[in-house]
Amino acid sequence: MNSFKNIFIGRSIHLLLILSVSITILTTLAVIVLLGKESFEFFKEVSIISFLFGTKWSPLIAPHSFGVLPLVCGTMWIVFGAVLFAVPTGLLVAVYLSEYASDKVKSFLKPVLELLAGIPTVVYGYFALTFITPLMKWFNPEIEVFNAASGALVVGIMILPMIASLCDDAFTAVPRSIKEGGYALGANTFEVIKDILIPATKSRIGAATILAVSRAIGETMAVTLAAGATARLTADPFGSVQTMTAYIVQVTMGDAPAGGVEYLSSFAVGTLLFIMTLVMNIIGNQWIFKSRMRIV
Amino acid sequence: MSASLSENKEVILETKDLNVFYGEKQAIHSISMQVKKGTVAALIGPSGCGKSTFLRSLNRMNDFVASAKVNGDVFYKGQNLYSKKADPVEIRSQIGMVFQKPNPFPKSIYKNIIWGPKINGFTGDMDLLVEKSLKRAALWGEVKDRLHDSAFDLSGGQQQRLCIARTIAMNPDVILMDEPCSALDPRSTQAIEDLISELKRRYTIIIVTHNMQQAGRISDETYFFHEGHLIESGDTKMIFTKPSVQMTEDYITGRFG
Repeated sequence: MNSFKNIFIGRSIHLLLILSVSITILTTLAVIVLLGKESFEFFKEVSIISFLFGTKWSPLIAPHSFGVLPLVCGTMWIVFGAVLFAVPTGLLVAVYLSEYASDKVKSFLKPVLELLAGIPTVVYGYFALTFITPLMKWFNPEIEVFNAASGALVVGIMILPMIASLCDDAFTAVPRSIKEGGYALGANTFEVIKDILIPATKSRIGAATILAVSRAIGETMAVTLAAGATARLTADPFGSVQTMTAYIVQVTMGDAPAGGVEYLSSFAVGTLLFIMTLVMNIIGNQWIFKSRMRIV
Repeated sequence: MSASLSENKEVILETKDLNVFYGEKQAIHSISMQVKKGTVAALIGPSGCGKSTFLRSLNRMNDFVASAKVNGDVFYKGQNLYSKKADPVEIRSQIGMVFQKPNPFPKSIYKNIIWGPKINGFTGDMDLLVEKSLKRAALWGEVKDRLHDSAFDLSGGQQQRLCIARTIAMNPDVILMDEPCSALDPRSTQAIEDLISELKRRYTIIIVTHNMQQAGRISDETYFFHEGHLIESGDTKMIFTKPSVQMTEDYITGRFG
């Protein structure tokens, strides 16, 4: 009797686990199938070449044009600006946390960083619109209300805690004995950080950067609010742009009738977004694998 | 090494009433001792007796332990290492240290050696320095054809000799060794012990060891620690044959430890 009960419980748990795993796999598959199917419909009407290499994005206003490059350009400005701000700053925060801060300061700063990571992204959007942009306009009144730089900066602030925390973990994982070896040779803290700590953790810093890029590519609400909705292939980061994610929001909010080519275009953009993130992660993983260092 | 020989040598390192605290707990109790130039001094005692703590206060490595407080004096060539003017970074460039576990940097063998001298302003011939240091650490023959390989590709014993080589490259006067053989196999231990006997012609060596036979084999002077106190010190032969304190004798004959 007892053993029957045990077998039953064992099997149920096994089944439950398989079910949980299946949910994640099936969701991924469903997303891929959905994106693929709708994109296929879209590409029946618009050629892939004109989609990928077209420089004019005008899906809602005639004459229709479905060149995705302006959206990619908008996304790239956000990614570039956010990473440019967040990686060096995050690295400095991590250096401070792991090498300079006392335990007291650290126990205060870590929760603050986590709080920063927990703020809803739409709030960051407001923050950009009502604080960062006015601040920028105070320096230069010519800057547009909706602009890529403000969006990039706010996304940078959003991903800063993640980078700082990942780099701090990396630094903390470097054995104390290796750092002490540096100090014992008459090195100061700066030299130990520059020549030992950072080289020893470069693959993990790279991983943090790639995760940051992935998140910046996919970030939606903050950039929709801050960077605007003007699809432009532009070299000016202080003008309004539209990112790929912001366009999907625009369509989903009901700007395009379901089933039409305008509606389908959001799936094509979604597919491209998906591929970009996927490629990013693959490159990242491979690169991490190659540069992995053994630390004994 | 006879007692009379080391008596004539000048004192290079000296502590006076040295106390070390970890928070409330006192780890080292008022230790005064002298180490003479060109000798090998062994610090022995059961684990937890404070010998490593004491060693690390000789080149201010305890600065990195937030709770550690040192009072008392350490004189190196007459200069007080704990005076306000003393620069711990400069001190560590003159008093080298080899750790318990080999801790090469995640760099090539070559870069492991030149890093210390480079950041301290060495501008001479790097290749020559690398060769000389590796030769003195008895590692040159094994690595001369792969100087640019990662230091992590070496065996544990080779890594420890690399760490000694990189310490030598700084041309220190004193080398502190904190149980340098405890993580090594017997053959590597043998190699390091041979090396120490060779090195003492040029450097003063202070070595912490839990291995009494090792202390007996390689040192000129022995210092016996127990619960943070220096119980007895003197010529190694004397300590091992005719210790004057009962506790020393008990420890050396293996009655506790």
